[in-house]
Amino acid sequence: MYKWEFGILWNYRWILLDGTKITVLLTLSVIVLGLLVGLIAALAQLSNFRTFRLGSWAFIELFRCTPLLVLLLWFYYALPILLGIEMTAYTAAVVTLSLYGGSFYAEIIRGGIISLDRGQTEAGLALGMRPLHVMRRIVLPQAIKRMSPPLMNQSIIQFKNTSLVSVLAVPDLLYQGQVAATDTYRPLEVYTIVAIIYLLILVPMTAFAKRAEHKLNKSN
Amino acid sequence: MNQPVQPKINVRGIRKQFGDLIVLRHIDLDVMAGEVVALIGPSGSGKSTLLRCLNLLTIPDNGELRIGEDSFVFGKGSRLPGAKVQASFRSRTGMVFQHFNLFPHMTVLQNVMEGPLTVKGMSKTKAQELANQLLAKVGLAEKAQEYPDFLSGGQKQRVAIARALAMEPSVMLFDEATSALDPELVAEVLQVMRDLAREGMTMIIVTHEIAFAREVASKVIFMRDGVIVEQGPALQVIDQPAEEATRSFLSHFHTRS
Ligand SMILES: Nc1ncnc2c1ncn2[C@@H]1O[C@H](COP(=O)(O)OP(=O)(O)OP(=O)(O)O)[C@@H](O)[C@H]1O
Ligand SMILES: [Mg+2]
Repeated sequence: MYKWEFGILWNYRWILLDGTKITVLLTLSVIVLGLLVGLIAALAQLSNFRTFRLGSWAFIELFRCTPLLVLLLWFYYALPILLGIEMTAYTAAVVTLSLYGGSFYAEIIRGGIISLDRGQTEAGLALGMRPLHVMRRIVLPQAIKRMSPPLMNQSIIQFKNTSLVSVLAVPDLLYQGQVAATDTYRPLEVYTIVAIIYLLILVPMTAFAKRAEHKLNKSN
Repeated sequence: MNQPVQPKINVRGIRKQFGDLIVLRHIDLDVMAGEVVALIGPSGSGKSTLLRCLNLLTIPDNGELRIGEDSFVFGKGSRLPGAKVQASFRSRTGMVFQHFNLFPHMTVLQNVMEGPLTVKGMSKTKAQELANQLLAKVGLAEKAQEYPDFLSGGQKQRVAIARALAMEPSVMLFDEATSALDPELVAEVLQVMRDLAREGMTMIIVTHEIAFAREVASKVIFMRDGVIVEQGPALQVIDQPAEEATRSFLSHFHTRS
């Protein structure tokens, strides 16, 4: 029978806390930036200009259909060589995750926008509003309500995706866990704790998303 | 010398095709300022499309359109008016839709204020004053703070009319404004339209309310298959249509109120 030894991890509490902070910070950044990317890509998809539509389509397909791990490695090791720039692991992680998440957000946002009755846009246009005004004042405020449950789900997935950045040695929760595990020869305890920390953050978040979705369904 | 009176609206050779379907063949139309024109005809004859061409919600393939000072030429060799030009043109015509298309995330008051605020850049106080005035005019002053979902169809359509009027348009376009309403709610909307006509608003009304058209319109236009089959003074076209097609269409309606 395996003898659990959690006590030894007490010495690593600050490291794990630091890792958790990085994970949360990273998640928040890639959610905000990803939403921005997604919004731009979605609007480009709906644009009257063929070039925008094509460019956005190519971007979305490229990022949705390439494994995230491959993207992370490519952005960290290959892109800097191509462009002749230097990028910290953290920057590479933020950029990759934002673009990756953005490609999924884009489809959600596009779906939310086109699900809205065309009459809403026409009523705005008929008043003499410019298309961007119609989007900002009429369409998006209504579409956001419909999009928020799937956007929240995608954001939860993004949170979990951040664990992959440990391969670039970004000191996130999982990476710090690996450090602790190597130090202590206690992988079982360490990874159990790491998993529990992810759970402790995600379970309430998921519950919150569920409740928001439920509330929304009732209000419609 | 007196200038000869120019029509307010001038349509020449408007044509519109969706895929293989020619919806408008060659529409010529003049509307004088203050005139009320009723556009009637069977389903699919192109009434809505014509109305939408008049405020560029649909862009004609060919032809010319002038409303007031704004004029456009469509077709080969002519440039499509840009988004900015289209928007400012539309701000001078009001449109009322069959399904109201009120903004559900705004109160009734905000719906009416939206145009003056975002398009005209009017101050909030002024826009609110104007909106309240218009809501009183359509008999809905006490509903200002409600959301559209809590209104009856007739009330919604009256709000939609107030919303369009808030832009102080020189022309109002109505696309079957009462067709989605329960019969007992039709009268209140027609009354608002009747008042507008009396005030001298230039109006083009697509309607199946033949009796209303006969009473309020100065001119009736009968369309079928994308062409104007017959047009003339309301009483003449409705009571003594010259064309067999018009007669046959009208025979489905009670034409007197
Ligand atoms: N955007 C569009 N794309 C393709 N076909 C269209 C479009 N808009 C209208 N049509 C077609 O054009 C024809 C005329 O439509 P329109 O709505 O102008 O008729 P209408 O006279 O208003 O009919 P109704 O009385 O039913 O409202 C119809 O056959 C319709 O299906
Ligand atoms: Mg129609």
